Amino acid sequence: MSDIRLPAGAAAGALAQREYHLAHEPHPENGTALGFWLYLMSDCLIFAALFATYGVLGRSYAAGPTGAQLFDLPLVALNTAFLLLSSITFGFAMLEKQKQNVKTTLAWLAVTGVLGLCFLGLELYEFSHLIQQGAGPQRSAFLSAFFTLVGTHGLHVTFGLIWLVVLMVQIGKHGLIPANTRRLMCLSMFWHFLDVVWIGVFTFVYLMGVL
Amino acid sequence: MSAQHTHNAHGHDDHHGHHDDGPHSTFSGYMAGFVLSIILTAIPFWLVMAKVIADRNTAVLVLGGFAVIQILVHMVFFLHMNGKVEGGWTLLSTIFTVVFVAIAIAGTLWVMFHMNTNMMPEHPQATAAAQHGPGAAHNTAP
Repeated sequence: MSDIRLPAGAAAGALAQREYHLAHEPHPENGTALGFWLYLMSDCLIFAALFATYGVLGRSYAAGPTGAQLFDLPLVALNTAFLLLSSITFGFAMLEKQKQNVKTTLAWLAVTGVLGLCFLGLELYEFSHLIQQGAGPQRSAFLSAFFTLVGTHGLHVTFGLIWLVVLMVQIGKHGLIPANTRRLMCLSMFWHFLDVVWIGVFTFVYLMGVL
Repeated sequence: MSAQHTHNAHGHDDHHGHHDDGPHSTFSGYMAGFVLSIILTAIPFWLVMAKVIADRNTAVLVLGGFAVIQILVHMVFFLHMNGKVEGGWTLLSTIFTVVFVAIAIAGTLWVMFHMNTNMMPEHPQATAAAQHGPGAAHNTAP
């Protein structure tokens, strides 16, 4: 932040100048939000690479099953509904947090967690069903790309759930202290971000795969 | 970091004076986003499941359009994106990412599909792929 590479001769004057400079250093008030946002943007690049891979390999079936044969759209619609609902319930938790209401915040977070678990459970059921049918990740390039992309999203949801549980314990123990509201804000961004990625997944993988 | 800055009175030119809570959210904002995203999810699913659009290219364009609109809705209503958060740095980093992602995805598809059309002759490719398995098909192309 401060300019430390000053010429040696100007040391005394520069010191005063540096202090002046520091005192008026412009800084973002909400630095954590921006930093976490930058992390999410870099995560975006991972998903961009996986989407590009799927875009290239998504039709390389190697004489195996196609998306139209494998994908069960009502199941995907139900999964999408779970994730969408969990987004709004997380929103409700954030609103209760603004009212400094610990109990209802925890209740809405618990609902969010249950919806997230439903999403993961359904996704794991879909994966196991595919593998049982012989449509595992090693069957074709299409399925490798599919499992990598959807699996990476599922892994994000898994870690989001772990984070959610840990944060619920912390809020239960210490209440809505500034540190916890900051963590809650980051998790909220993470959760909504996963929902945004899922929009890409259900549109480009499932819906366009069935066409 | 935030603890020091919260009690630091000068240098702040934005309106919310409290802690690192992020932007103030409202019930109506979340509900508007939720209703919009339900509509924007239901229509593409209906389009595909009821087989409304016969032409594949048109369908892909329409579905892509719905996805882009829904992503924007989520950005604005759930992630509270606007030009004022963090003095515009959030928006700027997002625009950078969108440009980067667009170049990465469009560039990959462009290069890879042109490579396929240029490199795959009419003859024995299919039989060679069948003999060597799915992985070998890609290695033989260049």
